[in-house]
Amino acid sequence: MATIELRQVEKKFGDLHAVKPLDFTIHDGEFVVLLGPSGCGKTTTLRMISGLEAVSGGTILLNGRNVTWLHPSERDIAFVFQFYALYPHLTARQNIAFPLQAQGESREKIEERISEVAKLLRIEHLLGAHPGQLSGGDQQRVALARALVRRPAAFLMDEPLGALDADFRESMRAEIKRLHVLQHATTIYVTHDQVEAMAMGDRIVVMSDAQIQQIGTPSEVYYKPANLFVARFIGSPGMNLINGHYAAGEVTMAGLDNRYDVPQNWKSALEKGLKGEKGVVVGFRPEAAQINDSGQLVGKVYATEMQGSSAVLHLTINEDEIIHIRTDRLIHYPIDTLVNFDINPQMVRFFNPKTELAIELEVTQ
Amino acid sequence: MSHIELQHITKNYPGVTALDDINFDIKDGEFFVLLGPTGAGKTTTLRVIAGLERQEEGSIIFDGVSVDDQTPSDRDTALVFQQYSLYPTMSVYDNLAFPLRSPLRRMSAEDIKKKVEETAEKLRISHLLKRKTAHLSGGEMQRVSIGRAIVRSPRVFLMDEPLSNLDAKLREALRVELQHLQKTQGSTTLFVTHDQIEALTMADRIAILSEGKIIQVGTPEDIYDRPASTFIAQLVGTPRINIYDAVRQEDTITIKDSDIHLSAPQGITLQPKFQMGIRPENIKPDPDGKLSGQLILTEPLGAETILHIQSGQSVLLSLVPGMTSYHLGDTMKFNISFDHIHYFGLNGDRLQA
Repeated sequence: MATIELRQVEKKFGDLHAVKPLDFTIHDGEFVVLLGPSGCGKTTTLRMISGLEAVSGGTILLNGRNVTWLHPSERDIAFVFQFYALYPHLTARQNIAFPLQAQGESREKIEERISEVAKLLRIEHLLGAHPGQLSGGDQQRVALARALVRRPAAFLMDEPLGALDADFRESMRAEIKRLHVLQHATTIYVTHDQVEAMAMGDRIVVMSDAQIQQIGTPSEVYYKPANLFVARFIGSPGMNLINGHYAAGEVTMAGLDNRYDVPQNWKSALEKGLKGEKGVVVGFRPEAAQINDSGQLVGKVYATEMQGSSAVLHLTINEDEIIHIRTDRLIHYPIDTLVNFDINPQMVRFFNPKTELAIELEVTQ
Repeated sequence: MSHIELQHITKNYPGVTALDDINFDIKDGEFFVLLGPTGAGKTTTLRVIAGLERQEEGSIIFDGVSVDDQTPSDRDTALVFQQYSLYPTMSVYDNLAFPLRSPLRRMSAEDIKKKVEETAEKLRISHLLKRKTAHLSGGEMQRVSIGRAIVRSPRVFLMDEPLSNLDAKLREALRVELQHLQKTQGSTTLFVTHDQIEALTMADRIAILSEGKIIQVGTPEDIYDRPASTFIAQLVGTPRINIYDAVRQEDTITIKDSDIHLSAPQGITLQPKFQMGIRPENIKPDPDGKLSGQLILTEPLGAETILHIQSGQSVLLSLVPGMTSYHLGDTMKFNISFDHIHYFGLNGDRLQA
């Protein structure tokens, strides 16, 4: 079990600041996801924690012990890359035993651990088979068993599901999370896929441009994104963000003469947050808009998408801005139809376009 | 634009039948999607229509006339591939103008300019016209590739996974734009993909291809709501449909290895053993629900949450709106929306109409 602490950890490659000084703590038993687009510094951060990459500055603590300059093998951390690489000439059992044999564990201990992990992953009946005889899903389970069998203090996983097709990814995602729920091993999981991050993480560290944009639970990063980047990056489609002008409790928007009455409880926060600035960005999730004939806002149908259990209606509100509304699955609006809608006042957010930061609602009473 | 028909198309490669008696038609102005896993024969079908491959049997018909003996250029199709095939040393403008400058077309420089500018505007790349294509991002390059296809008015657009190389956000955005463009232009389009969400969201009709055979043709609603087999049911929809072995005893049906008992449906003859499919959105938590299980996992996705509910040895996936406040280990009561249960035989074929 492990608590991992990063203090002012940074990485430079020559002139390139790959990771700017960052601080965060991963608590014992926590599943933390490092999420961001490629090149944001998430993998470099993970590699510094594992010891595969030396830090350019800062300190890494494992259970309070400074491990910043320890060799990877001395950190008691298991690094899991993509799951598919099994030794084809070894049976499932031999594949799983491999890391334990490398550690010099006794035969009994190895047997005990293998049967434990095989039971957990429901692969007891497959232990005698070679990888070539197994289905894709079962191969993944064996690979997962091999990673788990060592019982390290913490798991570091770098896009382990990246090479899988969509179906397997979905089922392995649940499988890994289920194992975490049962075992509570401290886990740091790197991905660029926001769906994976939301589905799996106890907390998500959203990164971009070599720095942390927000740390929060899935619900926090989804409903209360700290800035425009997080608002766009999380969700599919991302948060709707409309540029407007704020004056006297009302936001006016370009294009279809849209005026939005700011909910009463937001007014003073907005005035403070905008610091006299006229521009404001109104943000709301696609499911926070309700189609309503007498709705205050209006858009013109650009496209509709039936996505299975629900549909997304795409509306242009001016030449450049398209917004997305999640609706009932069977909708048929011809292109260019005008559609009125309202925004659920509980789910609206505002951002300062200059700083790109969210404006926080003041908590009163 | 035109009406495209495939009649009894068969294509063999040494030792394999790549396409096995393929029949479908694409109506004038239709957005038609060919969906199937890798190796199903999607790209081969597209190449046969374009004239890049020759079928052994059957006929390709454009507007009532066989094009079997026509060269690819005579067929006048426009192809867009997953890999952008642009001229890297040319500007975006010249790449777009290229198909129009063919001596066969005899278009004036002025007309070409007008057409290129119109196309660039539709694809929001007007600001890039002077740029060399080597200096564009992936999304911009794919926009230019699509632009080069639509700049002239071919009889049919043939698109082979054009969005697969783009990142998720870009794919989403371009998916919507492509659909809008196709609808406003009324262009006949065949779009090949292995991605079920692209098929559901863009298609007027979808044909499902598996191992060289067409196994279902229908609107996205048909395919999602009335899948012809368990294979198709599992191919579309995310999270994946729940499929169970089930048994019938008199008027009661039971999901194997579970405590879930339901009354047998009217009007369908069920053998003692069969399979059941239930989409996750049709398993609905309800404090007064007649069924129950234990919550073993939640996956919050933002707009929705996936609940994993265990009953006996079976796990049911339920999809509910928003973020939930259920706790792991809770006993969950739920109902299954009876009208939305799918029944399949042991061979996987759909049993109801």
